[in-house]
This record gives sequence, C-alpha cells and structure tokens, in this order.
Amino acid sequence: MKQFITFVKKEFYHVFRDRKSLMMLFGMPIVQILLFGFALTNEIKNAKIVICDYSNDVTTQQIINKLEASKSFEVQRVVSDHFQIEKSFKSGDIKLVIVFPENFNRDLLHLNKAQVQIIADASDPNAANTLTGYATNVIRSYQQELSSNYSAPMQIIPEVRMLYNPQLKGATNFVPGVMALVLMLVCVLMTSVSIVREKERGTMEVLLVSPINPVLVIIAKAIPYLLLSVINLAVIILMSVTLLDMPVNGNIVLLFVESILFIITALALGLLISNSVESQQSAMLISMMGMLVPTMLFTGFMFPIENMPVALQLISNIIPAKWYYIIVKSIMIKGLGFASVWKETLILTVMAAVILVISFKKFKVRLE
Amino acid sequence: MRVLKFLLQKEFKQIFRNKGLLPLIFVVPFVQLLILPLAADYEVKNINISIVDQDHSSYSRHLISKITSSGYFKLAGYAPTFKEGFKQIENGQADLILEIPTGFERNLIRENQQKLFIAVNAINGVKAGLGGNYLSQIISDYNNDIRLQWIQPGRFKDAPTIQVVSSNWFNPFMNYNYFMVPGILVVLVTMVGSYMCALNIVKEKEAGTIEQINVTPIKKYQFVLGKLIPFWVIGMMVFTIGLFIVARLVYGIVPVGSVLLLYGYLAIYLIALLGLGLLISTFAETQQQAMSVAYFFIMIFMLMSGLFTPLDGMPQWAYVIAKINPVTYFIDVVRMIILKGSGFSDLVYHFTIMTGFALLLNGLAIWNYRKTS
Amino acid sequence: MELNKDNNKSLSNAGSQLSVEREVVIKTDKLTKRFGDFIATNQITFEVYSGEIFGFLGANGAGKTTAMKMLCGLSKPSSGNATIAGFDIYRQTEQIKRHIGYMSQKFSLYEDLTIVENIQFFGGIYGLSDQQLKTKSNELIETLGLQKEANKLVNSLPLGWKQKLAFSVAVLHEPRIVFLDEPTGGVDPITRRQFWDLIYQAADKGITIFVTTHYMDEAEYCNRISMMVDGEIKALDTPADLKQKYAVSSMDEVFYELARGAKRNE
Repeated sequence: MKQFITFVKKEFYHVFRDRKSLMMLFGMPIVQILLFGFALTNEIKNAKIVICDYSNDVTTQQIINKLEASKSFEVQRVVSDHFQIEKSFKSGDIKLVIVFPENFNRDLLHLNKAQVQIIADASDPNAANTLTGYATNVIRSYQQELSSNYSAPMQIIPEVRMLYNPQLKGATNFVPGVMALVLMLVCVLMTSVSIVREKERGTMEVLLVSPINPVLVIIAKAIPYLLLSVINLAVIILMSVTLLDMPVNGNIVLLFVESILFIITALALGLLISNSVESQQSAMLISMMGMLVPTMLFTGFMFPIENMPVALQLISNIIPAKWYYIIVKSIMIKGLGFASVWKETLILTVMAAVILVISFKKFKVRLE
Repeated sequence: MRVLKFLLQKEFKQIFRNKGLLPLIFVVPFVQLLILPLAADYEVKNINISIVDQDHSSYSRHLISKITSSGYFKLAGYAPTFKEGFKQIENGQADLILEIPTGFERNLIRENQQKLFIAVNAINGVKAGLGGNYLSQIISDYNNDIRLQWIQPGRFKDAPTIQVVSSNWFNPFMNYNYFMVPGILVVLVTMVGSYMCALNIVKEKEAGTIEQINVTPIKKYQFVLGKLIPFWVIGMMVFTIGLFIVARLVYGIVPVGSVLLLYGYLAIYLIALLGLGLLISTFAETQQQAMSVAYFFIMIFMLMSGLFTPLDGMPQWAYVIAKINPVTYFIDVVRMIILKGSGFSDLVYHFTIMTGFALLLNGLAIWNYRKTS
Repeated sequence: MELNKDNNKSLSNAGSQLSVEREVVIKTDKLTKRFGDFIATNQITFEVYSGEIFGFLGANGAGKTTAMKMLCGLSKPSSGNATIAGFDIYRQTEQIKRHIGYMSQKFSLYEDLTIVENIQFFGGIYGLSDQQLKTKSNELIETLGLQKEANKLVNSLPLGWKQKLAFSVAVLHEPRIVFLDEPTGGVDPITRRQFWDLIYQAADKGITIFVTTHYMDEAEYCNRISMMVDGEIKALDTPADLKQKYAVSSMDEVFYELARGAKRNE
C-alpha cells in the first residue's frame, strides 16, 4: 500500500509540473463548454427573408409588419418582381421568400380566402422546414386575430404545453451532449498519452522491473486524472448552471456519482489506447480524431439516433457518451431519480469493467 | 526553378512512400464521406406520440387515426391517464402526449367548444416546436372536417382563411444528403490541407532535416512552395474524387452551377488553408504540438462553420467567430454552386474574402517562418 | 596515418608561424550570442585558415553548437562580427550558404528517401547539373562502397554508414568550408577512423574542415584546436603546442586542466 501511495504521488508530480498539459486539461473543457454551449443551437434567429408583394395593400402590409416584429426574421427587402426571387436565393443570404399574389386583400374580403406562397431555400432542408414553420405560425396568428371577430362553431382548442424547456432553448438539448463530449475527450486524451509517454521515455521498463504489481501501476496513473476530471466536472456543471441557465432538477449527488462512473469509463478507454499503441503521437491521433467524430455523431445530441440506418443505430450503442447523455438529461433536466436511469448506469458499469479488464490484460501481455 | 523541381520530387516521393499517411489522405476521408451523411440526418420525423384517450368516442378515434396516418407521428402507445403518458416521456419512449378528455365529443357538439391537451418534451426545442406545429395543424384540419359534416355551408359566415402554400426550391425532396455531403467534403479537404501540411513540415523540424535545408542556398519561398504545391495538388485530388465519384455516384449529387467556378474557388481556398497549415507549423516544435493545435482548429472549423447547425441562431460573438473561419465561406460557396447554381456575380464577396484570407495567412506564415533565429 | 602525420606537422607550422600568408576563411571578432540573461558564447575571436582541419572542443554546454550555428547562418549573433569565406555573417548569409557544407549531430538526411535520391536531392539544390549529379553520385557511391545499397532507403543503413554518407553529401558541392557538429557521436572506433579518412580526403581537396567533438583522440587529428569553456575560448593552438604548454602528455589532460574550472555543465 505504501508503494502504491508513492506511485500515486509520482503521478501527481507529473501532472502538476506539466503546466502546458494542465492548462489544456482545464482550459479545453471551459472553452468548449462556453463555445459550444452558446454557439451550437438549432434555433434560427434573424433569418434574412425577402417579400415579393404583388398586392401591396393593407393586409399584406400588416402581415409584413408582423413578420418583421418576429425575432426569427429580418425582412431584407420587399420586391414585386418574380425574377428577383431566384436572384435573391442565388446570391446567398436569403433563406425564405414570401409571395403575396395580386389582390390579396380583395380575395380575403370577398372570397373569404386568400393564398400566400412561401418559398424556402431547401439546400438546407432543416432550416427550410423550421423557417416555413415559423412563417406559417406568424401568418396563422394573424388570421386568428382576424377571426376573433367571428365565432366559429365547434371549436377544438389545442392547449400545448412545452415540458422542461418552455422557451425552446437550444442549450437545454446541447449542453448535456457537450458535457459528455468534453469529458470524454479530455479524459481519454490525457490518460492515453500518460502511459505511452513512459514507454517512449523508457521509464516504463524501470517501473516494470520494480516489484510493484503492474495493475497498481496503471491504477496509479489514472488516479490524478480521475481527481482532475472530477474538478473539471464541477467546473462544467457550475458553468452550465450559472452561465447557460441549465437547471439541475434532480439530485446533484446522483449526477456526480453517474458522472464519475462515466469518467472512469473514459479513463479506462484512455488506458486501453495507451496500452495498445507505441507512440504518443498515435495515442493522440486515436484519442482526438478517432474519438471526436463518433462521440459527436452517436451521442444523439446533434443528430437524432432514430433517424440513422439500423447498422449505425447499433454502433451508437457502444458509445459510452450516448448513455451518459441520456443519464444527464434525465437527472439534470427531467429531474428523475436513480430508478429511471439504472439501465443506462448498468450499461456504463459493464462497459467500464470490460474496458478495464481488457486494458489490464494488454498491459500484462507486454510484460511477458 | 531547378531547385523547386528537386524539392517537389522529394516531397512527392516522401508522401507516396509514407504508408501511414496515404490511407489518411485517400481512404479515411471517403469512408467518412460515406458514413457521416448517413448519420447526420436532422430531418424531424418519427415523432413518438403517446395518446391518452379518455373519451373513447368515435370522434376521438377519428382524430387518432388522422394523426397516426399523417406520416409525422409514430404511435408510442395508449396510456390510461396523463400520468402514465408522462412516464413514457420520462423514459424516452414518447416525445409528445395528446390528452383527449372525457366528454370530448359531447362537449364539442353541445357547448360548441372543447379543449385538447398536448404536452411536448421540449428538451430538443426544434423537434418540439415542429412536432407541436404538425399536431396543431392536424387538429385544425380535423376541426374543419367535422364542421363541414355538421353545418350546412353558408348558414353562417366563416372566418376568412389565409391558405399557406409552401414550396422548397433547389432540393424539392428535402434530401438531407444534398445538404451534408458537399459540406463534409469541404471539411475533408480542409483536414488534408491544414493538418497534413502542418504535420509534414513539423516532421522535418523534429527529424532535424530542416536545419540541413536551412544551411543550403534554398530560399524561403522555394522551401515553402515545395511544401505547399504537393498538398495543393493532393487537396485538389481529394476534392475531385469526392465530388465526381462519391457525391455523384453514391449520392447522385450533380452540381447545378459551374464546376470551373467551383474549382476556381477551391484553388484559392486551398492556398489559404495551406497558409494556415504553414502558420501552425511555424509555431509548433513537435508533431504532437502541431496535432493539438490543429485539433483545436478542426473542432472549431467543424462546429462553427454552419456545417451542422445554422449560423443564424448563434449569439453575436459566436457569429463573429464563424465569420472569421475560412471554412464557413467555402461551405457556403460549395452549397451555393452545387445546389443553387450561383454564378460568379453572386460570389464576388466570397471570392474577395477568401483571397484576403489567402494573402493574410500566407503572409503571416512566411513572416513567421524564419531561417535564422 | 603516416601521411597524415606529415600533413599535420606542415600545417601546424603554417598555422602558427606563417599565418600572415595563408588565406583566412573564417574570421570572427567578439562574436556573442545571448539567450536572455544567459550568454551562450561570449566574445569569441579566432581565425581559421584555408585547407585547415580546425577542431572546436569543449564540454557539454560550453557553447560549441551555438557558435557553429552562428557561423553557418542558422542563428543570428547578438553582437560581434564574423566573415565566412569572405562574406559577412549578417548581410551575406545567402552567399555563405553557397560556400559551406553542414552536418549536424543529429543525422539529417531524409530517412525515407534512398541513398541515390538523397544525393541527387542535395546535389540538385546546390545547383549541380544533371551530368554532374550523375558522375558525382556514382563516384560517391563507389568511394563509400555502397553499390549494393544505392537504391535502398537510408533508414535501413547502420548508423556508421549513415554518418559517412551524410558527410559525403555535405561536401558533394565542393564547399569552401564544411562544418561538422559532433559527427562521430555514437559510432564505433573503426568507423570513426574511416570517417576521419574521409575528412582528410576532403581536406586534401582544399576544403576547410571545422569540426566540434568531445573525443580527445580526435582532437589529435586536427591541425589546430580551440578549447571552449563557459562560452569563452580558453586556448587555441596546435595539439602539440597545447600539450607542451600545459606540460602534459595527452589531449585528455589538456582538456581536464582547462575544463576543471568550468561552472556550467549539463
């Protein structure tokens, strides 16, 4: 035990004397959480639109005013020429064109119905869908104002409640995902480099000829990073709550415990990489490039997993971040307890155990 | 020029002899191009709905069948009470609950008015917004249906209705691949351009061969050109394979606009990026450092370029970062030319900016790259 | 080594007495390099004559490599002057580079190119014509006896061969001066001897050799040597004169006498 403590001490010296890495260890997550927590969002604000108004009457003017007042749109210009539409799209910025045909107001008054055309730039299908939806909403709410003077019979009034995130903020969805991403990357990166570094420098051989149990060598390597990651986690949660207005609706102790489980899984993965490669360079390559894309894709915070082909859906199951993401959402946002996340917890635990066992095995093979 | 010839010969030999690098340049990008678009599908579909029908009337059944046959919703199940339905939201089986209260049909007929309750899991705001919209629309259609059934037309004045007709240009089938594939292609070219180029130069630093080069009469610009030209050519090749083989054959994407214009922009873009690679290599002493720096850039490049998420939703400062990111412009241009067929006159601004980047980045890099210290 | 001994004697005479008549190819005047507060080389002043084998000795960290880097134009001096082959070290670095060869202590040929490709590349960038490249590379490969390995990658060669090849490449373009920075580090004694034969061959062709080393037996091979201690030149003379001056029998002892007072050591 005394030997073990000596080892852990040595690892702490390594970590704390390497100022550059230490800065990266703390700087990277903070920058990433801030950058992506604020900047990654699927909301669309101030989308530039063009109005093609052939009618130019009171009603169209009122609708245009309403569109201008909405924070989703920024009316770039009002034209009355069909050729302008294609030109506007091609020159880039314009995402949506709304066309009022001639005699809009007259049709509305006399025929009791009028038509408005929304043309979206569907080269970005997602934005096109969302913006068409926003514009339709604006027009519909205008129509409702009109019809408040009429009493419609047999009216069904849908009462919509937005649970958990009434303002439909993007951060609510992205922050738990970014948390998973950042913790994963930092933990894997740091640990994967640590063992290979000793291999490269030749100090690993010295450790291996010493009488200490090799498994303890590995564990000692991971302990400082575990501690640092927990501090990191605290910083990340604190920032999410104070700066990004994330709620912690559930039990914070449970959140920490689950996070530590996830951190251990990530550290184990880092150790595995470290035990499998020969140079710091390939360790970095694998843990940065190799981890970034799959974690980003398969966690589910950027792209819905249920839309993916079945093969990819299956692959997504082996990404630990996916399960952690579900856990964080359940605890932080939905405010649920352990009873609703035990399955995910079990999966993470099994993953951590399996990865640890494999990396110990790999390490032992190297001894013989 | 003779010196340059020797430098280029050497670079090409080294690149094509590097068994570790070649797959990174020519295999990995295309595997990514094949897998990423499959995974990166943001279309909002398959919204899981849980229905709490407490009325069990023919009206409520009609409404339910209208909802489930709309194509937007997938019935996650019926729940006896709202509380049960809410559980389905909590454990992720449902995204949305529709509660039809007792007396729905009776009240609608007698009292002329009835409420329905919808609760949406809004953690993912966009999905929630669209889901709520779709459902409200279906309900309002249904409402019109029953009105038509019960009320003779013209018996009293209807509220005026504004019909909204929407059409989607440039991608009428709303194929998400059309959006993602060109963007991902840009990212891949970017990786080759900046990252590989930076690593290559730093490798010479680490091996000490750069010192040997520095005592020869090779001029700065010759050495730099000798490094940039091969990667420029490789960038062009990667883009060509991606565009003509993967994008066209696999995804059926045929550029609407001028391919020549696209290549013109690519040429300038690559120069700008290689300048960035060069700049990174002047700061980094080891390949490891170069990798960390390049990694940071690539992360920003990928996430803050409009590749996945729209720039319009970003806060001002993030928008500014996206605007000083060269990748943003190229992604924009690629989508504009390939999908919309924009011409040179539409892209003057983009060309100007990228030329500026090319000059700035290369200027900085050359200024920073010193033969003597 | 009989011939070399003679050579040694005649040159050492020339070096000490007839220096006025000999052409000076390296001349430094109070050359200094500072890194912040640390003075790596402190006002070194010396001259090296054409065709001479000039040994540059000192303990680790004495400032040898820094001085050499300044002379090659790899590093800008903080103060002082120097001319190399008649060119000014500040203003004419490009001309200097045409007239020098350099071999660093780190092996610096391209490991992923073949022997022939390396020769062609380095010859090419010094502006040799295709014809010259062909004859030169054939000549070189023959001298080194590398005919069989000519088309193998450099990284498959043993270290000793690599060093010899690197030296041969460094003098391929027949420079006025060649700078060798600890060229024989980590090489076995036999290869070292062969390496020095190559050096003598180059010197016979009139190439000035400027070599740093910390093998004292190698110091004996030089015409003149300078001793650096803590960034300053503490002694400069022929090996024989130095031994006489310090009344010792080997260069080892000379070195020990001088370096004993050193404050810096790695």
